[in-house]
Amino acid sequence: MLQIKNLHASVNNTEILRGIDLTVNAGEVHAVMGPNGSGKSTLAHVLAGRESYVVTAGEVIYEGKDLLAMPPEERARQGIFLAFQYPVEIPGVSTTYFLKAGVNAIRKHRGLEEFDAIDFLALVKEKMKIVELDQSLLNRPLNEGFSGGEKKRNEIFQMAVMDPKLAILDETDSGLDIDALRIVANGVTALRSQDRAMIVITHYQRLLNYIVPDYVHVLFDGRIVKSGGKALALELEEKGYDWIKAEAELAQQTVA
Amino acid sequence: MVQASKELDTPLDRAQDRFLSDFELFEQNGAAKGPSWLRQIRKAAISRFSELGFPTTRLEEWKYTSVAAIANVRFTRAERARGGLTSEALALTTLEQVACAQLVFVNGHYSRELSSFRSLLEGVKAGSLATALHSDPASIEPHLARHASYHDHAFVALNTAFMNDGAFVYVPKGKVVEGPIHLLFISTAPFDSAQDRPFDSAHGRRETAVVSHPRNLIVLDDGSQGMIVETYIGLGSDVYFTNVVTEIVGGKNAVIDHYKLQRESEQAFHIATMQAHLDRSSNFSSHSIDLGGALVRNDVSAVLDGEGIECTLNGLYMASGRQHVDNHTRIDHVEPHCSSRELYKGILDGKSRGVFNGKIYVHKAAQKTDAKQTNKNLLLSEDAVINTKPQLEIYADDVKCTHGSTIGQLDQDAMFYLRSRGIGLAAARRLLTYAFASEMISRIKVEPMRALLENLLLTRFRNGSEAEDTR
Repeated sequence: MLQIKNLHASVNNTEILRGIDLTVNAGEVHAVMGPNGSGKSTLAHVLAGRESYVVTAGEVIYEGKDLLAMPPEERARQGIFLAFQYPVEIPGVSTTYFLKAGVNAIRKHRGLEEFDAIDFLALVKEKMKIVELDQSLLNRPLNEGFSGGEKKRNEIFQMAVMDPKLAILDETDSGLDIDALRIVANGVTALRSQDRAMIVITHYQRLLNYIVPDYVHVLFDGRIVKSGGKALALELEEKGYDWIKAEAELAQQTVA
Repeated sequence: MVQASKELDTPLDRAQDRFLSDFELFEQNGAAKGPSWLRQIRKAAISRFSELGFPTTRLEEWKYTSVAAIANVRFTRAERARGGLTSEALALTTLEQVACAQLVFVNGHYSRELSSFRSLLEGVKAGSLATALHSDPASIEPHLARHASYHDHAFVALNTAFMNDGAFVYVPKGKVVEGPIHLLFISTAPFDSAQDRPFDSAHGRRETAVVSHPRNLIVLDDGSQGMIVETYIGLGSDVYFTNVVTEIVGGKNAVIDHYKLQRESEQAFHIATMQAHLDRSSNFSSHSIDLGGALVRNDVSAVLDGEGIECTLNGLYMASGRQHVDNHTRIDHVEPHCSSRELYKGILDGKSRGVFNGKIYVHKAAQKTDAKQTNKNLLLSEDAVINTKPQLEIYADDVKCTHGSTIGQLDQDAMFYLRSRGIGLAAARRLLTYAFASEMISRIKVEPMRALLENLLLTRFRNGSEAEDTR
């Protein structure tokens, strides 16, 4: 489904991603872990099409197409979804209005009939249950005055409504208490399917107790320095990131 | 004042001279029948106008707004309301269904034929000022031209000199008018065909441009409540000039909601002054929405002349192309314990220019004043310009006053968020622009007006080159 090859990207002329290689197939869940500043969120935003992140080398092939040539809305319409680490507050636009505009843009693109208000409400009511979201939130301005947990649940709710092929979760666990974390993680788990791939970006192993990944990758200094199964996550939790750093630096010196 | 031996050298001077000679005609014909106190006010006003002349950009209050474009046009006054516009004009407004009275004015003249009345409480007056000046002068004389000062403001002086018709609304003590009273001002070509236009032999052409000076007086007596909507609409594409003055008088404990929706045609000049004078414990809100016009200037002022008054001034201006929209507001806190809240928002696209100047004047006696003023602007293009200037003048020492203004572009984080959900670039821009404006729209309590504005907003900033639409 997704092949990332030697991906380099810069923000404000500083190179953050320095050669990422990653292949993700349908049905798989990949966890991307790493210390602060390793490039995890940059990777998420580059895949979603954030224009201030400049790709300087490499390629990303999504379902046989050049992903990097597509504007963000096109990627969304092709089935890519980014759950934001910091969902944006938009006063004056209700969650329902925002989501309906997005869903209908995607449906139109796929040649499907656009939802009317009644069909859309039915869909929304069904998907709200996944993250135990209160309906009153949906008529309020998007994310405005939402608690941290409500914002993250709203992201996963949006993901459920959009029904993406590839979901990228950018630190969806950050700032959540254990109850909120459980709700969010259960929502994500409920959305796992054979047709859907997920990239779960997290700093902590905690989330992975609930969302059990097929693969774990460690990102350090803009590169994937180690990959493994779910055991790797536990090892990181126990030993921290320092030994990874040491290994990576050693490898760097050996190359030099 | 220097008046003698002025040379008629600039276009502003020549325009002034044309208005002065037109006043002589007006006095001989239309104005001759009025009561003597009214004729005296008009004379005093024209004399003041001849001293003031049209404002130049050298005046601080007109620094960013040149009226040269107005001075370059020769205007004629329409002598009466033109007939035959019923369906065309009234289709443009949606308020008739809810308004308890809808007064329609064509080129400044009241049209009984187009106006409609549903249900007015006993004692409530809503009708033509021209008629009331003859039938009910005792209700008008104590207020008319007592609040909007023709001493300082040339366009108020001009309006006052030519004032003849407009709306007169009176709500007696303790009465609550449930629905809005709608004042609809339609500007249109004054003649049914081009051949009827007066021929201007000096320039070898027929006059086309109409000027009107509507004058509105709205009086709400003690403990009464009312909602007034003024709408300005232009039909056709001719150049015309609306120079309106509205005086609002609120008695003790009166509750007044005032709305003004300006949808003049794209060639129009619109100069409007709204002056409110409020008594103790009254509650006044003004909502000023500007969508149309080539050159627009609003002066919105309120004098809080009693304790415990609440005053809200809301404004939304949207301009594109080469539109110029200037909003000047002034709130005078005269007495203690009053609060004022002011929020004006502007959306400027193309090569348009916006001006905001908000003055809050806290007089020495006005202790415990609580005033807040905010002006926020969204610039959608590189060529759009805003000049914003909040001003506080405080002469009392125990007050809470804040002001601030912002100028910005669409938030890039929000744009990316919307696009990451499949919403196209153009649609995302529209949605965020709508969101910016909707805060003001949501404050409008007249439901059909709010719905109308929501629709106008959603279609307003459509970008032709990015035709995709996801709604």
